[in-house]
Amino acid sequence: MTPLLRVDDLARHYPVATASGQKRLLHAVDGVSFSLAAGKTLGLVGESGCGKSTTARLALGLLPATSGRITFAGEAVSATRDRHWRALRRRMQLVHQDPLAALDRRLPVGEQIVEPLLIHGLEAGIGARRQKALQLFEAVGLRPDLFERYPHELSGGQRQRVVLARALILGPELLVCDEPISALDVSVAAQVTNLLQDLQGRFGMAYLFISHDLKVVRQIADEVAVMYLGKIVEQGPPEALFHAPAHPYTEALVSAVPTLQRGTRERIILRGDPPNPVDRPAGCAFHPRCPRAIARCREETPTLRPTSDGRLAACHLVPVASDAAAAAAA
Amino acid sequence: MTLPITSDRPGMAALLPDMQAPITPLLALDGFSVAFPGANGPVPVVRGIDLRLAPGEALGIVGESGCGKSVTWLAALRLLGRGVATSGEVRLAGKDITRLPEHALARVRGGRIGLIFQDPTSSLNPVQRIGTQLMEVLRLHRGLRGDAAQREALRLLDRVGIADAPRRLRQYPHEFSGGMNQRVMIALALAGEPEVLIADEPTTALDATIQAQILDLIRDIRRESGMGLVLISHDIGVVADLCDRVAVMYAGRVVETAATQDLLGRPRHPYTRGLLSALPSLDGPRRRLTPIAGTVPAPDRMPPGCAFAPRCSLATEACRSETPPLVLAAQDQRAACLRLAETALAPAAREPVPVGAFA
Repeated sequence: MTPLLRVDDLARHYPVATASGQKRLLHAVDGVSFSLAAGKTLGLVGESGCGKSTTARLALGLLPATSGRITFAGEAVSATRDRHWRALRRRMQLVHQDPLAALDRRLPVGEQIVEPLLIHGLEAGIGARRQKALQLFEAVGLRPDLFERYPHELSGGQRQRVVLARALILGPELLVCDEPISALDVSVAAQVTNLLQDLQGRFGMAYLFISHDLKVVRQIADEVAVMYLGKIVEQGPPEALFHAPAHPYTEALVSAVPTLQRGTRERIILRGDPPNPVDRPAGCAFHPRCPRAIARCREETPTLRPTSDGRLAACHLVPVASDAAAAAAA
Repeated sequence: MTLPITSDRPGMAALLPDMQAPITPLLALDGFSVAFPGANGPVPVVRGIDLRLAPGEALGIVGESGCGKSVTWLAALRLLGRGVATSGEVRLAGKDITRLPEHALARVRGGRIGLIFQDPTSSLNPVQRIGTQLMEVLRLHRGLRGDAAQREALRLLDRVGIADAPRRLRQYPHEFSGGMNQRVMIALALAGEPEVLIADEPTTALDATIQAQILDLIRDIRRESGMGLVLISHDIGVVADLCDRVAVMYAGRVVETAATQDLLGRPRHPYTRGLLSALPSLDGPRRRLTPIAGTVPAPDRMPPGCAFAPRCSLATEACRSETPPLVLAAQDQRAACLRLAETALAPAAREPVPVGAFA
């Protein structure tokens, strides 16, 4: 079966000038490949600057890629904003962190939910459009009397529900969620997390779910990819990654999550900050902070390869699946 | 400075103010209230808080946005400006600091009480070198100048884990990463040799691996200096990681306080229970989250009685008219709820639901 979204060796570089005036390349995304099946959720995790949001914008065709290929439902996605692009964009929608920034403050929220139908020339007739919008209003758990309200009259959780209703009105097959609940308080975040799961069950769209919060990703994702400095360093099912991380970076990231069960897990404290993507370290980009780095890590860049238990990892220290086993798994 | 903390329940005496306390609390809030000016008169945002911090104790304050967790401590140190009305007492080692004149309170802030905030970059002066900022604090609070100040500044930077201190002292905040700037903020707070550090969301703006470094640093410094800590955070995980005792705030009140393990293991207030079951977890079976219905009430539209009653599944008529006092719920545990008899019997908050329930 062809995946809904397929990304091959995707890269995005930005020319930058250093303090001394030298021209350099910033590798925001550097050779990322993954695929996402219809109706499934891929979680993309990593710290600020790892390239997870850039990857999302590239996948949606909002940003031209420097190199690599993106395929959505068998069609190539480009960033040229022509008719073909608009037709594809109808099928893939974006939800981001700050719902207030995503909404027009001068327009009642109901009108904003209807707007995508107008833009794409769908659903003729004011009555029919309003009917459809109200259906989605109900689906995201908003009371119909809020339909005529303005964004500032709603709470943060209600606003994020409006953004979701607006994204869903076109019946997308893919929803890219960039930190959709990071700005919400605990009790409201749980409401929206459950809502995202319910909506997927009801409408069957796939999620590309970007978050720095491993606990939320574990809650929602079928598969998780961990990014570090523009590359995927480990990818696999959430239980495998979070309970038995293979890559030392994943291991440190998981151990850094403060949990309620104090002392159940040994904390790994990484030294220093993530390096500047302009000065990407040679070899494995993680080696200067890696507690287990060996000489080889400083020279040779590890590639993302299947490990013996079927997940993918880019680390010289993780045993690779033998060719026969890999072939059997594929 | 080592403080005589031998009991593994340092907060115990503080929790039972009606008993003869063997040690004076280092910091105590008594009936502390804060009101902001509003269009129709003052709006109460903190409504009568009693809290004790024993010497050397680490107290966590948790709650959602708008519950008053930050405002309480900012107002206690008179950092919110003139329009804000406060009442009640704030006692530092037994002495009420709300009556101190401004110049005397200024010596307490940054001196006996250190402060660090969420966004280190906006707390530092962008046009002054790190060294200048550190040495200013050392001059104001410790009377150190010249070489002595320089030596102490180097020692502090080294203490907070900033390598190459002599060069770093000459640099500006924009030359530091977020995590490094938070280390500088901690160094500034330590410069006054505080007896208590108030940390307001100190790691919220930082990445996960950097947050782990900063939490580790704070833990280390506390172990060494015996400094008390008030850690304000929306993240119960962060608080559980560092604190001996936790106070949960809701709508301007403390609704529950207990030793950390007790609060997490057998929460008694329905709001605390709600918060814990709304949290996703990295361990155990994956279960559907149980959100708390509704939203936090606005300060100017506070419901009568218990502020949590409209969202509470256990609420009765009495809850909607009577304000519950903070009473003993178990040994070493206090909760402000009229239905404590029911929460003692009800099942634990974190009941796993099998993954199949997702579909």
